[in-house]
Amino acid sequence: MTDLTSLTLTAAREGLALGHFTAVELTQAYLDAIEAAGALNAYVLATPEKALEMAKLSDARLAAGEAGPLEGIPLGVKDMFATEGVRTTAASGILAHFVPPYESTVTARLWADGAVLLGKLNQDEFAMGSSNESSAFGPVVNPWRKTGSTQKLVPGGSSGGSAAAVAAHLCAGAAGTDTGGSIRQPAAFTGTVGIKPTYGRCSRWGIIAYASSLDQAGPLARSVNDAAVLLRSMAGYDAKDSTCADRPVPDFEAAVGASVKGRRIGIPREYRVEGMSAEIAALWDKGAQMLREAGAEIVEISLPHTKYALPAYYIVALAEASSNLARYDGVRYGERVAGRDIVDMYEKTRASGFGAEVRRRIMIGTYVLSAGYYDAYYVRAQKVRSLIKRDFEAAFAEGIDAVLAPATPSPAFGIGEKSGADPVEMYLQDVFTVTLNMAGLPGIAVPAGLSAEGLPLGLQLIGRPFDEEALFALAQVIEEAAGRFPVPARWWA
Amino acid sequence: MNMYARPADPKKLIKGATGDWEVVIGMEIHAQVTSNAKLFSGASTAFGGAPNSHVSLVDAAMPGMLPVINEECVKQAVRTGLGLKAEIHLRSVFDRKNYFYPDLPQGYQISQYKSPIVGEGAVKVDLPEGGIEVGIERLHLEQDAGKSIHDLSPTQSLVDLNRSGVALMEIVSKPDLRSSEEAKAYVTKLRTILRYLGTCDGDMEKGNLRADVNVSVRRPGEPFGTRCEIKNVNSIRFIGQAVEVEARRQIGILEDGGVIEQETRLFDPGRGETRSMRSKEEAHDYRYFPDPDLLPLEFDDAFVEALKAHLPELPDEKKARFIADYGLSAYDADVLVAEKETADYYEAAVAHGGVRRDAKAVANWVMGDVSAFANASGLSVYETHITPAQIAGLVDLIADGTISGKIAKDVLAIIIAEEKEGDPRAIVEARGMKQVTDTGAIEAAVDAIIAANPDKVAQVKAKPTMLGWFVGQVMKQTGGKAAPQLVNDLLKARLDIAG
Repeated sequence: MTDLTSLTLTAAREGLALGHFTAVELTQAYLDAIEAAGALNAYVLATPEKALEMAKLSDARLAAGEAGPLEGIPLGVKDMFATEGVRTTAASGILAHFVPPYESTVTARLWADGAVLLGKLNQDEFAMGSSNESSAFGPVVNPWRKTGSTQKLVPGGSSGGSAAAVAAHLCAGAAGTDTGGSIRQPAAFTGTVGIKPTYGRCSRWGIIAYASSLDQAGPLARSVNDAAVLLRSMAGYDAKDSTCADRPVPDFEAAVGASVKGRRIGIPREYRVEGMSAEIAALWDKGAQMLREAGAEIVEISLPHTKYALPAYYIVALAEASSNLARYDGVRYGERVAGRDIVDMYEKTRASGFGAEVRRRIMIGTYVLSAGYYDAYYVRAQKVRSLIKRDFEAAFAEGIDAVLAPATPSPAFGIGEKSGADPVEMYLQDVFTVTLNMAGLPGIAVPAGLSAEGLPLGLQLIGRPFDEEALFALAQVIEEAAGRFPVPARWWA
Repeated sequence: MNMYARPADPKKLIKGATGDWEVVIGMEIHAQVTSNAKLFSGASTAFGGAPNSHVSLVDAAMPGMLPVINEECVKQAVRTGLGLKAEIHLRSVFDRKNYFYPDLPQGYQISQYKSPIVGEGAVKVDLPEGGIEVGIERLHLEQDAGKSIHDLSPTQSLVDLNRSGVALMEIVSKPDLRSSEEAKAYVTKLRTILRYLGTCDGDMEKGNLRADVNVSVRRPGEPFGTRCEIKNVNSIRFIGQAVEVEARRQIGILEDGGVIEQETRLFDPGRGETRSMRSKEEAHDYRYFPDPDLLPLEFDDAFVEALKAHLPELPDEKKARFIADYGLSAYDADVLVAEKETADYYEAAVAHGGVRRDAKAVANWVMGDVSAFANASGLSVYETHITPAQIAGLVDLIADGTISGKIAKDVLAIIIAEEKEGDPRAIVEARGMKQVTDTGAIEAAVDAIIAANPDKVAQVKAKPTMLGWFVGQVMKQTGGKAAPQLVNDLLKARLDIAG
């Protein structure tokens, strides 16, 4: 029997429908793979009993002809999603033993469509990071290695566990979250496909908040089609999230393979940042060429406020984070460290429960909202945000259907390489991804080639609001032209 | 009326050691919105449940929970704005007010800071010396916090989140009040308006209406002084006391050559003093910013108009109508409209049985004997067992001459103590309380008394006011049932007294 974990989600779905194997068999194959992949540290919690129980029910529904769109498909879930009765930590010490009595809307939709929960995936603490090194459970190791090297590389972040698990075939797909690039950057580092849909496409209810105006859920998958299948199940209106859009969810899978002939693709000149590697620049040109060959028109455009996006993002996101994380105070749930009085208890609890990067971000966020600094930082950052949005609106108004850009400024780097003294070096990882979170736009990262050292490189397509269909069609062109990028060696198993 | 130009009223000034002072007061009223569910969660707002029994996942600020605005609370705020003749803002914004406290689960209160739902308005306040108009600065919606309980455990504080997330309207007045009496009258009037609107029950004992009172003093005609805010005063009487003692405190400091520090103070009714809670320097930096979990609150004119169309008659209009339609004095009308239920009760009595009766007579009963009984029972008039129909019955019996006013009081006493549901006319019939209008029977009694008391007859001729003694005797003899006017007339005729 072939290794069931090698099947894409789309292929596994077909195999299950045709009865070539059962959901229990498929789930067991993934559980075995997870068991053997401890070295990657992709999961913070495997849920084998629950998985097999769900798989059995899927098999019954498959047999009864009542299969949902994801029936029997084993998935991993980033630990930002509250899962009822299953420990949910945001990879933070402060929630080390937190078991929510509720299920997030997005994951509830996945289970309602028949998917199987394999476990909870590692991530940066509270999704704050670009390398998955800030997790209280330790770093995730990228299944990719440089050619001829055994150096441990980061999988990107914050959905690093999700990306690594998808790349290493430890799940058929994963649910991640993206606040400034947390789906797209790790997807690019692991040769997988990740999409951050339009803000409001997926409900945020039950997802642990990092920065509410930027957070969005989205899938990480092995192929563009797999991502389209997953997003269709994850998306949809939810009255419990006031920022969730009340609009129908299209059949994204139908958009995969649609013609891109005549589509106008913008190449933003401001994304040619200083110090961009020749490799990335070449990849970008290659991607444009692939789209041109498929009939799209390539147009140079200007998004003049791009250079302000990163600092503005780190003000808005951290301001919101400083407030969102105030609820972790040791009073009602989560970890508590006793103190002399209430203030001492707060201070000890939060000092010990949060890691260094989270503490840093809370402090910066608190600072930028403080009396006397609010106008200089927060208000200006919001103005920049409006200008960034306007840049994109202007481009779309001129007939641009999507924007093509690199996903990351570099391929995956070594664990420990950027976690040194200057946090800004890490923040620069998000230079290409944060703009669309600021503008609320959808963006997909799709692998398009390998670096000279044999590491995957990703391109990013940015679309009009709620036009994820265009992104799936365009990304499919790149996937078909560049091929898919499976991990060359399962060195961990 | 421009309140800043309002000249100081000499009668309202406070005498200090070095001259007169004027007190300036502004109020922030926190009124709990009457609604079944909280402002941003579906949890119940019922009072008195077991601790932490009305708490949703949102109220407890569990990870990943999100607020969703309760439309009914928005409607209540708009209704209140309309009742305060205020500007309704079709777009308003919810902000986060950040601070740590154990009974504030989110670590921030969702409030409205820069863009409140309701803007400027006005409240007419009636005072014995004449009315004033108090400006409303704004009204905004916000969440209430939970309750910290410090006296149940020697080593721990406990938290009850039942109130956490309940909707409050903060109603901010302009600094238009100039005495403790005005302050009390303003809160009383505001409370009446809220209760008429049904947007807040105004129950101060339950904490459903609380006042933060801003007090400063100045020499008449001078600019405003530095104010102190007295937090969370929870009865109208205490508001008056707090203003008095705080004004005295500030005057004392100023007259001793000191300066007033802007600060937040607490009123201690037991000691009759205010105490410093925190100074301006210790004030929190709340780091307000727009709540990214909530979109700006927007509605259109049609939404407002629909609410306006169903607004009840408000106290000012009702008072005007009572004066015009029932011929009541302004004072009587004020008393009757102070509680909507009492006004309804009064009107039910006036029009009982589809017959319009003497409205002033009904008012006298409601505000007189019935009110006295209600007060003695600790109830409002409408809460007593005495029905508008019974009052109408009493008034009708007097009007048609069946009983005298004096007998009517006896009938009411019977209704109060013995026949709670009794029909006044049936009581009068059954107990033979009809007044005697048979001239012959009364004449006999009059003659007998005159004959038996020649000394008194001599006195009354010299001093006609003595007539009352004769009236009393006749009434006694007839068991109180003789028609008083008839007795008077007959006595005067027999004694030959002019009248």
